[in-house]
Amino acid sequence: MQRMKRVYAKPKAMTEVPFPYCPGCSHGTIHRLVAEVIDELEIADRAIGITSAGCSVRNWRQFDCDMVMALHGRGPAVATGLKRAQPDAVIFTYQGDGDMAAIGTAEIVHAASRCERITVIYVNNGVFGATGGQQAPTTLIGQPTTSYPAGRDPRTSGYPLKMAEMLSTVSPESYIARASVHNVKNIIKAKKAIRKAFLVQIKDSGFGLAEILAACPTNWRMDPVGCMDKIKSDVIAYYPLGEFSSQMKLNPEESLEQSEGENRDRPGTL
Amino acid sequence: MKVARQKKDRVIFEKKLMRGNEAIGAGAIRAGCRFFFGYPITPQNELFEYMAQMLPQAGGTFLQSESELSGINMIYGASAGGGRCMTSSSGPGFTLMGEGLTALATAQLPAVVVCVTRAGPGLGRIASAQSDYRLATRGGGHGDYQCLVLGPASSQELYDLTYKAFDLADQYRNPVIVLSDALLGQMMEPVATGHLPRIKALQKEWAVRGKGTNPRKVIKVAPHTDEELIDWNRQLKKKYQMMKENEQRHEALLTKDAELIVVAFGSTARIALDAVLHAREEGIAVGMFRPISLYPYPDKALNKITRQGTRKLLVVEANNGQMVEDVRLAVDGSAEIAHYGFGGGYIFSPDEIYREIVGYSKK
Repeated sequence: MQRMKRVYAKPKAMTEVPFPYCPGCSHGTIHRLVAEVIDELEIADRAIGITSAGCSVRNWRQFDCDMVMALHGRGPAVATGLKRAQPDAVIFTYQGDGDMAAIGTAEIVHAASRCERITVIYVNNGVFGATGGQQAPTTLIGQPTTSYPAGRDPRTSGYPLKMAEMLSTVSPESYIARASVHNVKNIIKAKKAIRKAFLVQIKDSGFGLAEILAACPTNWRMDPVGCMDKIKSDVIAYYPLGEFSSQMKLNPEESLEQSEGENRDRPGTL
Repeated sequence: MKVARQKKDRVIFEKKLMRGNEAIGAGAIRAGCRFFFGYPITPQNELFEYMAQMLPQAGGTFLQSESELSGINMIYGASAGGGRCMTSSSGPGFTLMGEGLTALATAQLPAVVVCVTRAGPGLGRIASAQSDYRLATRGGGHGDYQCLVLGPASSQELYDLTYKAFDLADQYRNPVIVLSDALLGQMMEPVATGHLPRIKALQKEWAVRGKGTNPRKVIKVAPHTDEELIDWNRQLKKKYQMMKENEQRHEALLTKDAELIVVAFGSTARIALDAVLHAREEGIAVGMFRPISLYPYPDKALNKITRQGTRKLLVVEANNGQMVEDVRLAVDGSAEIAHYGFGGGYIFSPDEIYREIVGYSKK
């Protein structure tokens, strides 16, 4: 019998612990992309992940590298202290939009302005997921949540925060991009963005942040496929995809656009 | 600081005139502190600026954080990475650090946190006070956690006890608070610095630095299951009991035959001592008890003194009555207790404490 070539496997940087997430949640996809990047860059032995509060609070169980749990919103401050103490380590935070764009705004703005040599994986699904679907700073106009069931009204609760754009204005030495995981093509781009957000730290060229648009079927009260369609039609309309700040001069040819269709960058999961 | 000269078999060390706030910084660097994250606030700025100047020279990192909240969380990160680290503030900023203190204690990360107390409440003013006693000894953050708290009373003690704080923090893997105040911070006194060994990098087994070829490590601030939570709290309780048992520190003066004892800590103890010595000269059987560890409170020693016959305690503190609660618990009804003190920036004169001693001794 012909021996079959293994073309797909669980990344090494991922533990055996099953994901605790709801069906259709994007965290699983994004976790896997992060783990694949850690594998490909061969940094599992010196990577330290920092968890945040929210649905991903327990992802210290998922990544097979040293992990530190941070308080709500404080990941970039913890990462700053840790990077100063362990400058050779590759430090990444994994934060949701409640964590980073609400309570942790000061920490992320100043970490970005210091061009702190850290990588931030910022998952934007537009709601507070773990607490039951309250409005986040990123909730779209008109989108109903448990705290504003009639939908977000900018007159009473303001406009959604565009963190990637905002941070790119204060962080001259950085790689800041927004990607999405609503289909295969975009998952490939998301992985590129995550890879570059790590590389900018590894090459000591700046601060790295990959904002990933994500779905929360449970709190959007939609089925997973409907969520993906919503990202494509509504979410991207407000949160345009692309690179907002790029210090990746080391690999100028390696842009998000050119990465499409390359087999070796095939994402692991949908 | 070099050894200046040898006299007989005793080693005499050079002394240097230092502001209290600087003595804290010098003690910290001597103890191997290499990371300082802080935010400006009066009256601790001399410490902040001392670290800004001296820490880079010692090969360390100074970083001005965007808030005390960030500062204490940077401490959390640096401590997780195995560094000896410190932050400092005064009341309003110290309040913000409550969140980080409970996290450090929960994750069992060592750190030294200095509070140079100013008069509150609210934004208050920068005059000296001891009104953060309760905040330091009772928490400031949520949940059942406990910091060790040291209450120095001179520039020398600020130096020595800050140094000691780093050892205690590592020994118990717990945050240690050095509770100073504006008066101590601004006062200049000679400080001997050479008697404590200079500490360089320490290897901490539990610190994260990237797993390398070893199994991964996780610094956790939350348990995963209810069972783990109960187990976790049991372990912490055991540690806190051990701290309470082993880390009581105090100084007792003229207490053997004392009918009345003045209890005071920090800068107030310095002022009260003048009054006590004056009263002794006048023939009043008065002594002095100064807690050096504010948590754990030195209740064993104080209780022993009152059980041996001292009937009256006069608690003097620059607040509305915070430490007096610990004194009540310590003596457990075995002595009469009076309190003298105000919050809000009032500095005692030895004379008024003397008058209180005389008045109370006649009651």
